[in-house]
Amino acid sequence: MKTVKSAAPSTDNRWRIVDAAMRRLGFQPHALIETLHVTQETFGFLDEDALRYIAATLGVPLSQVYGVATFYRAFTLKPKGAHHTCVVCTGTACHLKGLPEILAALEAELGLSPGGSTPDGKAALMTARCLASCGLAPAAVFDGKMVGNLTSATALKRIRQWVEHES
Amino acid sequence: MNPGVRVKTFKIDGLDVAGREDQTVLDVATEHGIPIPTMCHLEGLTSVGACRLCLVEVVGRSRLLPACVTPVEEGMAVVTNSERLQNYRRMLLEMLFVEGNHICAVCVSNGHCELQGLAQTLGVTHVHFPYHYPDRPVDASHSRFVVDHDRCVMCTRCVRVCNEVEGAHTWDVMGNGANVRVVTDLNEAWGRSETCTGCGKCVHVCPTGALFEKGHSVAEMLKKRQFLPYLTAMRRRQ
Amino acid sequence: MNPEELLQKNVSHQLTAEAHGHDVRVCMGAGCMSLHSDQIKSALTAQVKQHGRDKSCHVKGVGCMGLCAAGPLVSVEPQGVLYKEVTEEDAGEIIDSLNKAPVARLICPTDTPFFQNQMKIVLENCGKIDPERIEEYVNADGYIALIKALTEMTPNDVITQVMRSGLRGRGGGGYPTGLKWTTVAKADGTQKYVICNGDEGDPGAFMDRGVMEGDPHRLIEAMAIAGYAVGADTGYIFVRGEYSMSVKRLRKAIMQAERQALLGKNIFNTPFSFQIEVRIGAGAFVSGEETALIACIEGRRGVPSPRPPYPAERGLWGCPTLINNVETLANIPSIIRNGADWFSNIGTRTGKGTVVFAMTGRVQNTGLIEVPMGTPLREVIFDIGGGVPDGGTFKAVQMGGPSGGCIPEQYLDMPIDFDSLLEIGAIMGSGGMLVIDDSASMVDMAKFFMEFCRIESCGKCVPCRVGTVQMHELLIRFSEGTATERDLVLLEELCDLVRHTSLCGLGQSAPNPVLSTLRYFRHEYMAQIRPDFGANGVDTHESRSTS
Repeated sequence: MKTVKSAAPSTDNRWRIVDAAMRRLGFQPHALIETLHVTQETFGFLDEDALRYIAATLGVPLSQVYGVATFYRAFTLKPKGAHHTCVVCTGTACHLKGLPEILAALEAELGLSPGGSTPDGKAALMTARCLASCGLAPAAVFDGKMVGNLTSATALKRIRQWVEHES
Repeated sequence: MNPGVRVKTFKIDGLDVAGREDQTVLDVATEHGIPIPTMCHLEGLTSVGACRLCLVEVVGRSRLLPACVTPVEEGMAVVTNSERLQNYRRMLLEMLFVEGNHICAVCVSNGHCELQGLAQTLGVTHVHFPYHYPDRPVDASHSRFVVDHDRCVMCTRCVRVCNEVEGAHTWDVMGNGANVRVVTDLNEAWGRSETCTGCGKCVHVCPTGALFEKGHSVAEMLKKRQFLPYLTAMRRRQ
Repeated sequence: MNPEELLQKNVSHQLTAEAHGHDVRVCMGAGCMSLHSDQIKSALTAQVKQHGRDKSCHVKGVGCMGLCAAGPLVSVEPQGVLYKEVTEEDAGEIIDSLNKAPVARLICPTDTPFFQNQMKIVLENCGKIDPERIEEYVNADGYIALIKALTEMTPNDVITQVMRSGLRGRGGGGYPTGLKWTTVAKADGTQKYVICNGDEGDPGAFMDRGVMEGDPHRLIEAMAIAGYAVGADTGYIFVRGEYSMSVKRLRKAIMQAERQALLGKNIFNTPFSFQIEVRIGAGAFVSGEETALIACIEGRRGVPSPRPPYPAERGLWGCPTLINNVETLANIPSIIRNGADWFSNIGTRTGKGTVVFAMTGRVQNTGLIEVPMGTPLREVIFDIGGGVPDGGTFKAVQMGGPSGGCIPEQYLDMPIDFDSLLEIGAIMGSGGMLVIDDSASMVDMAKFFMEFCRIESCGKCVPCRVGTVQMHELLIRFSEGTATERDLVLLEELCDLVRHTSLCGLGQSAPNPVLSTLRYFRHEYMAQIRPDFGANGVDTHESRSTS
């Protein structure tokens, strides 16, 4: 067990959540991925301060922390900008059942492409490898809510609602 | 030799050889002067089996095995240089050429480069795969060293020597797939690294001109590797 | 009182207290959830209250019922009525009809091949029990196998049963499970581990998710049995990061099992102790590979390492480690409970038991199904699956995802098992079964899977890191119709290289979708070659010297 504890990057109370995660696994180096998960959930992304703090607390080299944080898709080093997110499933069944057409429609109608956001920055489009809802392909998650049997029309409608509502 | 370690006899390319059970096929082949091309392997560092150049055939096995991590076995028959293997090795080498931006004519390591040397040995005169032309940076922020990612073949020798021998673990690998790259600390400028001791081990184990000392012009960078077997031997004595 | 009775007494007494007349089960599988079955459950619960039936009717959420295509699904027991495409508005009518005739317009017939031709072992409790209540699992004979193993069998007896059952790993390779267990049991070391691989990363596969969400206690029981057999006191369930519901259910199940002393120190007052931890993946397909998975649990980059040493000898933190996939482990409680002979009587000579498929794509009845090994594909796709909808024509079935291959019409009568599939260039793999009709381009399918492999390559070994990029770029040319004959030669060369020189299974199998489509649908590739480019035509990427 580590006895010398490094100081949290700030007095932000959310660091306690991160600390708790590290404590639960005895501040061992193998707690790295769990800790990054918790930090990402808590702060939305992993900034340099967070990576340094975690590296120091778990006794993992900085470059290794960076290597792990950039290897896995779950982690992001940049903050998310958009208010709304649509995550489309790019799994095999969705691909076969018309995802390419939906993506083309979003691009053509709203200028929205995977990894990007609408010109006003309100809605972002992301992709997931497979949401494992293949029975309802194509599927997407709109602000955390799963929608199956997606068509270009329903996708456009949902995203237009976000964009228009807040203008 | 440690007591209790057994000796295995087997064949490499038809030659009867003997090796300790803790040795690899590559170790024994090297001892007997049988050349097997390697890239990521370096005596004194942990082997990772990543470059696949040292793949050999073992009679009766369907899979090709990397000689650098394959332990010797009694009675095995190893083939190191079949036409099929030569062909694969040439293609693997071509892949290393196309994924980076290797321009020998302007490289500090021209004439002393392991990648170039392998191309000559294996007879790779042309590349028949399309080049990737990746956009990769050069970091010259360190006072004495430079890393030119265009010339990096991702052998990870620098990562291992820094971790295993120097003990600093300044280097590691970031990203995945075709986007992998070696990084110092949190992907910061090397010159600002808090953990780098400036020992230069990484520079000297690097097989290409990706890591080099400042002040060298084309073809002038000679890598000095003697420190590695020396340090290994000295540490074993302690 | 023997342990079984004790368990029944401690755990299931609450169920008898409930002794209700009706059980209304709402499917909470991923498919139905995406159609908001949780809201339907709330509506049903509210209706039960409104009808004053709190005492005689119990509404519960259950795991995947299988027929995702007809979701959201609701079933009413003991009548055995299944309702399809239920909406919140239907709740009142359903509750109202409990003592009368069922709601005719919602009835989903269950006398169809989809329900009649399946055989459920792995999924026996899915869609029936409430996965968040240990009582229901115990009531369905849960933990009986663990008690039997701990109190009546030696670890060696357990291994013998698994060996004799003929169970083979369901994660892809089909390695004999009993043999793996023996290796770990015999390996030197006082500390050993059991890992359940729930990193189901194959796009189009959701069998493991079905088990983890629908019957989590089954895995806990299986892991404890495995731990007892091989001499491990700690287990890890490694769950794909995207499966937050699985993580939640498994953690809850572990807590419940600990509370009932089914996990922890001296289980059933025997010397055997076992604990389980859930570890969450972080989004990397390759971390399903054994050695990469271990790296992941150790908090490192999930990059594969050369084998040997195999994890069975040197695995997690250098200790002997048993790694089994979810579906493999889910068979264990049934094997121990019913005996090896019962299991080995199911299936074919070389493939015992059942196999679970996630049937998707151009097929009527998409969903989760389980059939005995040896069932012909035609029966699976056309009887159980209901064939291709909307008048489409069957073209091929893709099995095993990015590591698998396409099977054309002429092999549909072949019985499914490990070896038969391998022979025709597909693999059992992870159980993804994608039906493709004649509207799809096989070149496009191959391109889709290669892009996946390119993105998911860990980047460690040269052939996979560079070769998947090269192959994907070539496939783009084919799908755009700008390929040359030389591109076809290059593509085949690359397939051969990547298959034989890559470090891990992901790389070695990455060319499979290309190879199998080239084997059976070569004409589709040929059709994409630019007609004006003959064998002697000008090529856009002629040879360059190595500077």
